[in-house]
Amino acid sequence: MTAVHLGMPTLPTAPRGVGHLRGTRSFPDEARDSLRNGQLRANLGHATTTIRGKRAGVVAELPDWEQLRQAGAALKRATMARLDDHLEELERQVTARGGTVHWARDANEANEIVVRLAREAGAREVVKVKSMATQEIGLNEALEAAGIDAFETDLAELIVQLGEDKPSHILVPAIHKNRSEVREIFARTMPDVDPDLTDDPRQLAMAARAHLRERFLRATFAVSGANFAVAETGTLSVVESEGNGRMCLTLPDTLVTVMGIEKLVPTWRDLEVFLQLLPRSSTGERMNPYTSTWAGVTPGDGPQDFHLVLLDNGRTAVLADEVGREALNCIRCSACLNVCPVYERAGGHAYGSVYPGPIGAILSPQLTGVEDNASLPYASSLCGACYDVCPVAIDIPSILVHLRAEHVEAQTHPTAESTAFAALARVMSRPRLWRAAQRAAGLGRFLSRGKPVLPRLPGPAAGWTRSRDLPTPPAETFQQWWAKENGGGRS
Amino acid sequence: MSARDDVLSRIRSALGPDRSVPPEAVRDYRLTDDRPLDVLLDVLVDRVEDYRATVARCGQDQVRTTVQRLLTETLGEHDPADVVVAPGLPAPWRPEGSTEDDDRPAVELAARAAAVTGVAVAIAETGTLVLDGSPTSGRRALSLLPDCLVCVVTADQVVGNVPEALARLDPLRPLTMVSGPSATSDIELERVEGVHGPRTLLVVLVAPATD
Ligand code: SF4
Repeated sequence: MTAVHLGMPTLPTAPRGVGHLRGTRSFPDEARDSLRNGQLRANLGHATTTIRGKRAGVVAELPDWEQLRQAGAALKRATMARLDDHLEELERQVTARGGTVHWARDANEANEIVVRLAREAGAREVVKVKSMATQEIGLNEALEAAGIDAFETDLAELIVQLGEDKPSHILVPAIHKNRSEVREIFARTMPDVDPDLTDDPRQLAMAARAHLRERFLRATFAVSGANFAVAETGTLSVVESEGNGRMCLTLPDTLVTVMGIEKLVPTWRDLEVFLQLLPRSSTGERMNPYTSTWAGVTPGDGPQDFHLVLLDNGRTAVLADEVGREALNCIRCSACLNVCPVYERAGGHAYGSVYPGPIGAILSPQLTGVEDNASLPYASSLCGACYDVCPVAIDIPSILVHLRAEHVEAQTHPTAESTAFAALARVMSRPRLWRAAQRAAGLGRFLSRGKPVLPRLPGPAAGWTRSRDLPTPPAETFQQWWAKENGGGRS
Repeated sequence: MSARDDVLSRIRSALGPDRSVPPEAVRDYRLTDDRPLDVLLDVLVDRVEDYRATVARCGQDQVRTTVQRLLTETLGEHDPADVVVAPGLPAPWRPEGSTEDDDRPAVELAARAAAVTGVAVAIAETGTLVLDGSPTSGRRALSLLPDCLVCVVTADQVVGNVPEALARLDPLRPLTMVSGPSATSDIELERVEGVHGPRTLLVVLVAPATD
């Protein structure tokens, strides 16, 4: 437990030893490994390019995008300034409509509450809607330790779970896997899978439907997160695409929603802003396929036993930092990941935390205390693209600088790692320099004669390879693979 | 101290004794869409079709035949009793021989071929239909489990944008906002339709009354 900032009240950060906010290695070490993985870089480059284009298109369609964005930012700021009052109001409203509200100081307490509720309900298995909060606290591991099976039902989460992998993106946790890798995981792990399954995304989605259908129909206990909670009415909301969320929110007898305390908005009307900002920023759609809202328990419709777990786990420590608290305004759209040159090249796993990318670089170190994620505030070139796309106008670059200052203050001198990484980030964030480094690396493949790691490079990458190894580029680029698999045409 | 009191007191200490309250949000974004109804109806059709749903427009006395035609086009020859309708769906809209949803266990709906419901509100700009758990919209499982969903929308239910829609909705009801068939973008961030929710969405848009 650590102090957050000099002169600020000392509030507990997220505890060690539970959950997924800390990696085992520093960002530069992780990034060096992922930079060696050409397939990973190709997958990420392809996916983020697709989504950037879609987002730009639907954002440009709204003449009042900037007004919505400023309203979103202002609403979130006002909410945080009276967070205590709004939470008490939310508790009153949820309780009045037949729900039960629980409070958890940290990950351990939240996990204990969910495990106890599952035991009381006699549930041996739990279906889950994708939720960052439950990933953050390591709920699946806690359920498993208690002998309860947790089944992820979101397609990307399912891919990660079946592949015994880790999430690498807050919206699409399996973004680092391409279609043929997904096919391989399904073919290997789904008991009744069609042996002729191809890597057509539609067929893969159908395989997931078949795999989970029975499980949904027999589920008695579900765990979800929440995108928004409305204090004045006690209304909770889940924004999703596939309908797995609706299955979990509708069919089981018991629903437990685990929500960070910062997720609320004061009034129902406030959702008119966020339901416009979120889908366009996240999946690049005018609206996501399904948004569900519910208030407590509705007789004859959906779970008749509803529990809301309000989670702190370091959030109040973030709130104590007047500059850093803006990170709590995040609506987890993932737009900042998709535009970040460092994320695109290093991949989500390099950040060690369930929150990767620019938002992760400012949120994770604040939730854990900056000494536990000390390299993350340096995992950025401060190019500002994240701020430009953020639908609630979080000034991520300024918070990064603020956290670096805080880290330096605590350390007296910056570590060699952080200095080295800052140099790499500069190269990665400038397409021209990066391509030059890559071209040099293409030449290097020949020079390295199949050795996995290149020696020092000339030119723009020299500063980096002096202290880091540059990965040997893959023999086949994504574009070459794509052309081969698709024969030039696309359905 | 209870966890509740502890978290609340942490918030109070984080915000400090003289917390600064930031200015109220300015709502200078579009609160209404004042285009005429016929334009909004066209926008709705365009946006719903963009999600790869099927839309059919019809007059007020053609709802039943339009619903039946869409069902036959989608399901082919089918047992009419395999189509379940929301309990409050007006009688003149119901396909011949359909069954009404009752309080049978929700999971039994999974075996049905199609569901027909009304909606509470439709949002033109986003191509969104909002079901509100009323007898006309049906309970949430009804619009979720059968693989084909037919929604009947009347012209007076169509609003231009999201703020107008939320103003019409009751936040205490269980709401489902439906924008196209179920879909995923989880593989390479490309949208493909049809995962756990209905894989087919058919929308019948009923023309306004003419006098
Ligand atoms: S910080 Fe902004 S852009 Fe990034 S995920 Fe959060 S809301 Fe989206």
